[in-house]
Amino acid sequence: MEKYLILNTLSYPVLSLLLLVPLIGAVVAMFLRGDTLIKYWSLAVTLVTAVISLPLWTCFDKTTAKYQFVELRHWFPSLNLDYVVGVDGISVLLVLLTTFIMPLCVLCSWTYIQTRMKEFMIVTLLMETAMIGVFVSLNTVLFYIFWEGMLVPMYLIIAIWGGARKDYASIKFFLYTFAGSIFLLVSIIALFIKTGTFFIPELMEHQYGFAFQLWVFLACALGFAIKMPMFPFHTWLPAAHVQAPTAGSVILASILLKMGGYGFLRFCLPMAPAATLYCMPYLIILSLISIIVGGYLALGQTDIKKLIAYSSVGHMGFVTLGIFLLNDAGIKGAMLQMINHGVTTGALFILIGLIYERTHSREIADNNKLGMFMPIYVTFLGIFSLSSLAFPGTNSFVGEFLVLFGAFEKYPLVGAAAIPGAILAAAYMLRLLQKMVWDDSDGHAHHHDEGHGHGDSHGHGGDHGHALKDCNAREILQLAFLTIFVFWIGLHPTPLLEMMDSSIAHLTQQVEAGSLLPEAAHPGHHHALLNQAGAWVKSLVSF
Amino acid sequence: MLNTVFLPELALMVMVLVLFFMTLGKFRTGTIQLVSLALTALTLAAAIASYGAKGSLFFDAYQVDTLSQLFKIVIVSGLFLIYGLGRGLTGIDSRLHAEYNMFLGISALGLVMLSSAVELLTLLLCLEISSYALYVVIPFRSGQGRMHVEAGIKYVLFGAAATGLTLYGMSYLFGLAHTTYLGELAQVMPALVATQPLAILASVLVLTCFFYKLALFPMHFWTPDVYQGSANETASFVATLPKVGAVLLLLRLVAVAGADITQLTWVLASIAVLSMTLGNLTALVQTDLKRLLAYSSIAHAGYVMLGILSVDELGMAAAVFYVIGYLLMNLGCFYVIYNIAPEGQNVTFDDLKGLSRRSPLLALTLLVSAFGMAGIPPTIGFIGKFMIFTGAIHKGFYALVILAVINAAVAAFYYLKLARAAYTAADDDQEPIALPLTTQAMGLFFILAIILVGALPQSFLAAAREAVAVLL
Repeated sequence: MEKYLILNTLSYPVLSLLLLVPLIGAVVAMFLRGDTLIKYWSLAVTLVTAVISLPLWTCFDKTTAKYQFVELRHWFPSLNLDYVVGVDGISVLLVLLTTFIMPLCVLCSWTYIQTRMKEFMIVTLLMETAMIGVFVSLNTVLFYIFWEGMLVPMYLIIAIWGGARKDYASIKFFLYTFAGSIFLLVSIIALFIKTGTFFIPELMEHQYGFAFQLWVFLACALGFAIKMPMFPFHTWLPAAHVQAPTAGSVILASILLKMGGYGFLRFCLPMAPAATLYCMPYLIILSLISIIVGGYLALGQTDIKKLIAYSSVGHMGFVTLGIFLLNDAGIKGAMLQMINHGVTTGALFILIGLIYERTHSREIADNNKLGMFMPIYVTFLGIFSLSSLAFPGTNSFVGEFLVLFGAFEKYPLVGAAAIPGAILAAAYMLRLLQKMVWDDSDGHAHHHDEGHGHGDSHGHGGDHGHALKDCNAREILQLAFLTIFVFWIGLHPTPLLEMMDSSIAHLTQQVEAGSLLPEAAHPGHHHALLNQAGAWVKSLVSF
Repeated sequence: MLNTVFLPELALMVMVLVLFFMTLGKFRTGTIQLVSLALTALTLAAAIASYGAKGSLFFDAYQVDTLSQLFKIVIVSGLFLIYGLGRGLTGIDSRLHAEYNMFLGISALGLVMLSSAVELLTLLLCLEISSYALYVVIPFRSGQGRMHVEAGIKYVLFGAAATGLTLYGMSYLFGLAHTTYLGELAQVMPALVATQPLAILASVLVLTCFFYKLALFPMHFWTPDVYQGSANETASFVATLPKVGAVLLLLRLVAVAGADITQLTWVLASIAVLSMTLGNLTALVQTDLKRLLAYSSIAHAGYVMLGILSVDELGMAAAVFYVIGYLLMNLGCFYVIYNIAPEGQNVTFDDLKGLSRRSPLLALTLLVSAFGMAGIPPTIGFIGKFMIFTGAIHKGFYALVILAVINAAVAAFYYLKLARAAYTAADDDQEPIALPLTTQAMGLFFILAIILVGALPQSFLAAAREAVAVLL
């Protein structure tokens, strides 16, 4: 096993602590009384977890693709099932993203959640354990346990603290993801029967027949594509986002959606390289459709949260596009884009929650002219909107640039097809920004006769202007924290890229080596398909 | 020698006798329950003491092995939980409480003896001891209309028909193999099943009675009506213990037919798949909780069958593990049903509304049990499904597993509905449900057992593997 792992050399079991601290925090929270105490306790627990995770950044060995900080204990010996956790360049950043986003989730629920604070915090802390567990598991069963275990708290967050249509949204969320991931279970078992191990690095080393790879790939890809979500499995996302409370939306957008991409990188690519190559054109086409469809749908939304939700579909399209380009730049861009999306969209959801607490509406029309009353708020809104549309100098620019670079390097046509997606992003985000910060001059004539406009079904900015308070210190703290990342990644992404360098190089090597399987080489097939796809995408764009 | 081998049965008989004498006098429900619980605990101790005992009795018709002893422990623990769960026996006419507990005891005794039966007629006899007691008990219900009469009649009629078919099958089996001992049958059956279509027919007929007990398609029709018509505490018994016994006998009988994949395997496989699909699809539209659990049990029976028909160590151990998990999770649900229906009435989804406010413990127990039955990790239900699927894929039943997986996704919907109902707010303020300390402890036990056995399944699985090793 040593050839895949570097055992944890820190003086304490860092990854197990990351799993245990929120869990123990949740158990202790059960016995606490008083909402204020529980809030501070949860904040403390998530902050402690974040601090514990810091050595993952400082002590990480960038020169190796091996799994680091590994802990190994026997758990279920009769099935050759061990408790084994570790991180590599791909997962370490996602773990850090999780531990840093969670304190913000506690903070943004501070006043938003008004009923059952205790239960909410318990569920949120359980969620943290499950999410970290997904990223650090090096054993397929452990991975699956955390992957599914995550569904329950997330379901509860939407079902109990959600909006008006929470029943519909929570069930849809649960069933979509459950239906997808249960096929993942089948492929986990099939891989085990084939190889006799659940240990992920070992599973990657095996050479499987092409037919077997294809089945495993399809079963896994279904689960991950739903989680991502990729067109045409994206319909659960807007429903879940709109109904979830702010913290739920932040968790969904910042971390849960990343699990799809992580799953592709951890399972599909290394374990089924030949099948990946075979299916690549289809997945690239689906990614392009996600980008364009997500953008188009976002353009038509009047509900801010829905708009951001559909924009997520588009952004995730860039991630899958990057992943399935199967070159260095593409995968790096995809990884970076996952982190960026976590930062930026997380912040946008916090911003939406914040305005919803003040105006009790998520309609763009009810939240305009904010520039007059909330200067700090609109400053942050501006920064994160620009980041979301990948303005140069912000984090998303680097990620999107890398993905597009990878695309043009390999298939210029695909790159060209993705460009309209970037333009659409600018269109819907700028429209949102313009309407929320300033007033819209077209189509809302009734704003001018305010004297008669009171009591209109359309409440507008001017009406509740005096009641709107700008961000308080707690809110500024959350947003400022994320702003740092927007510019840091935007201006100096090198440290992040260095972290993932070795692991991604190793991954692309694995894919190349595996795709040398005789049955996998179908160059003719690829070209014909991509040309066809190019023509199709062109016609779609011109339409 | 005889004493240690036959100890659990003797202890149960003593309990039944004591309860019989109690029926002659007048005792308060509390006393009856206390005596029942104490004597069941004693039996449980006896069953645990005799775990690992080996031997055979009654001209080799009665075999004591690891498998039978494990199931005896499970059945007696189940009985203990059922007595504990129906604390005040609120659904039963107060004059009949001693009789009620006595008949449940007799039924459990039949099942305990069934665990050891390895000869066809002995087996039938034990089964009938168990069934007859239940025939009597199902119509014991007070104050809830006449549903229980219908339930009683349905249970008797279906039971009688199933027993008849089983006997008919046994006659064929005897004609083909000239023996009624399972050990001897196991030597000739694999060859017969491979060559004689009649052997397959006979095997399926013999299994009919156990299909009926386990509520497998096509012998499942009685389930929803009997669950709904019988008292909540009776339903909790019917839903669990006879099924545990049926699984054991199915394991023994299917193992007799041999490990090769034959036409019999495909008959059983189609029964399993039909059972799952029918159970799950029908459960989707139920509003009465007991009916929902009935259809869900039909589906679960399909999963168990998937483990049984693989006839190898992994699959059969999975079936054993699964049924133990099923027992716990189902009793968890019935525990909730019993406690929110103080007058023993049936519970619908509407009654669950606001449960999380009225009693957080009950809501949590229901949540954990429902998610367990849906197979969400880290519960016992997940490990059960995981093992079943592993066993089936190991044997090469990919198509079956895909169908089972689709079914699991369908089933998630109604289990979720169950959990959700408990956590939605009620329209009006309802009174909180006050639970005595022992009842609270019981809820906590269900929650912890379902999660902890799911997280640390090693020793339980080892026991299940050791037990089924007897069959191979």
